[in-house]
Amino acid sequence: MKKNFKRFAAVLMVVAMMFSMAACGGDGGSGDEGGAAEFIIGGIGPTTGAAATYGEAVKNGAELAVAEINAAGGINGVPVKFVWQDDEHDAEKSVNAYNALKDDGIQMLMGTVTSAPCTAVVAKTAEDNMFQLTPSGSAVDSIKGDHAFRVCFSDPNQGVGSADYMADNFAGKKVAVIYNASDVYSSGIYEKFAAQAQTRGVEVVEVQAFTKDSATDFTVQLGKVKESGAEIVFLPIYYQEAALILTQAEKAGLDVQFFGCDGLDGVIAQLGDDAALAEGVMLLTPFAADAKDEKTQTFTAAYTAAYNGLVPNQFAADAYDAMYIIKAAAEKAGITPDMSVSDICEAMKPAMTQITVDGVTGEMTWSADGEPTKSPKAMIIKNGSYAAL
Amino acid sequence: MTFLSYLISGISLGSVYALIALGYTMVYGIAKMLNFAHGDVIMIGGFVVFTAVSSMNTSAPIAIVCGIIACVVLGVAIEKIAYKPLRNATPLAVLITAIGVSYFLQNLALIIFGSAAKNFPDILKLEDLQLAEGLTVTGEAVVTILITIVIMIVLTLFINYTKIGTAMQAVSEDRGAAQLMGVNVNTTISITFAIGSALAAVASVLLCASYPLLSPYTGAMPGIKAFTAAVFGGIGSIPGAMIGGILLGVIENLSKAYISTELSDAIVFGVLIIVLIVKPTGILGKKMNEKV
Repeated sequence: MKKNFKRFAAVLMVVAMMFSMAACGGDGGSGDEGGAAEFIIGGIGPTTGAAATYGEAVKNGAELAVAEINAAGGINGVPVKFVWQDDEHDAEKSVNAYNALKDDGIQMLMGTVTSAPCTAVVAKTAEDNMFQLTPSGSAVDSIKGDHAFRVCFSDPNQGVGSADYMADNFAGKKVAVIYNASDVYSSGIYEKFAAQAQTRGVEVVEVQAFTKDSATDFTVQLGKVKESGAEIVFLPIYYQEAALILTQAEKAGLDVQFFGCDGLDGVIAQLGDDAALAEGVMLLTPFAADAKDEKTQTFTAAYTAAYNGLVPNQFAADAYDAMYIIKAAAEKAGITPDMSVSDICEAMKPAMTQITVDGVTGEMTWSADGEPTKSPKAMIIKNGSYAAL
Repeated sequence: MTFLSYLISGISLGSVYALIALGYTMVYGIAKMLNFAHGDVIMIGGFVVFTAVSSMNTSAPIAIVCGIIACVVLGVAIEKIAYKPLRNATPLAVLITAIGVSYFLQNLALIIFGSAAKNFPDILKLEDLQLAEGLTVTGEAVVTILITIVIMIVLTLFINYTKIGTAMQAVSEDRGAAQLMGVNVNTTISITFAIGSALAAVASVLLCASYPLLSPYTGAMPGIKAFTAAVFGGIGSIPGAMIGGILLGVIENLSKAYISTELSDAIVFGVLIIVLIVKPTGILGKKMNEKV
């Protein structure tokens, strides 16, 4: 018995050694040959799972930008290779995805798409000192560390923005909130919203929470909202729960103005045949596909042509901008593919704070803590699509 | 008035739990095992109905029949492949196997259907019922409550007044003795699984009608709640599953409404613990003397 165990342990160790050596080989190899040939940028996001709409949009937007950048001669004259990993909006899978990308030899990370996984991955990129730019990870801690930056608004920014918008446009109306207490994105926005609502004198009459284990039945929360006589319901949540809330609100006969943040983007597709329920829902996002400026129109046309008539949402726009931001910063920093991951990061950090990028989600500059400055736009769902207000 | 509407939505939620709990309790009563894969059979049933309606454009009744047939075949197959070889193994081994089957079904659905949630079409097309001014009940709630009651009555009659039902009772009381008296234990257990899975298919349609979001994890949480309901009411007892399910739904909804939406699950399980301390066999559970 004991002898068998020893033999088993020996075999196990041999296997482990083979794996670790294979991993070393992989790293060294790609570092060398990646040298002169190309920049390898990794992307992580949910292309399946609860937040698949976001991941797919980001992947599409980034690939479109990479194709354009490569057609125009690449970054610093070097072509860009974009590799993608799915994380199903799960923190653990996201870290695994990052490890897989490292095996592919990535030098910078464009991701991750959703807040909670991004918060997990940013700790890993900090260890490796890998430059990270998230298109849409909006939690405060999603860009913890001076190596990480973001394209989208932060949660506090969205919460404050929403409260300001309501104070300016719905003065004197009663507001109710339904949020997900078990989600960092949702509770983060809610806390800042509540604080700002108080300062701006927005009357919040009812606050209802749910958790991820009780995210199917909202009859009680909607009943409470109805009782409170609220005219506006603020939903700082993701689109799947929002779709259920809209369906159940219709059944409960609740006639109010729903108002959300960028997490509501995708609710039309989620509702499918019942898309009419989303009519009139308002959301605060930085991008509207039907905006009249030339930049947006060129991007929308290119995206629609590349992806079978699909209209880009703000996640696609964030990712598209993210790639051009990386390009701008990389050119400012003058990085080359033969530099180490850590050297690239050190060069990119100061460059990020010096550039100004006029992207499809607005004109942006960055502070050293990684936060962008830009202003949100309010949109309304009209005739089954997102329209600027 | 608002209290009434919370109560009614609680009963409707509880009826779905009760319907699922019936499947748990029957299998436990007869095969003496906890079929943790039951919640996932519901999820598969939901996907079969969803696929039939949305991809093959079949009418709702045919889709539901397809769902029931698929679930029955699946339930019996699970029993034959995973549980039957372990009939004389320790209960713990069977329990672990059931958890394994549960994960297998979830991952299978993940591969086939992907993990993005599907919007379940409104196939029942029910009108809402206005009971009084400001008090409406959704059609789904009414149908769920009615179907659960009907199924409970039919099941009770079936078990008490048919030959197979009597065989089930015999196997439940003493498997060895039943076999000696000429009862085919394997067939009886297969029939139990078939009935339990057919109920799962019905539950899946009612669950998805009320909460139209279908993903590979749809069955997991209701499955756990329904198992709790079965223990609550006294596992092995059919009326107990019904009472346990409805109580669970009502407690959950009322604690959401009047105490805290975030604490509702903790309160539900707290009540369960109190019930089990006071009455260890559950509300309607029979005290079974261990035969030495």
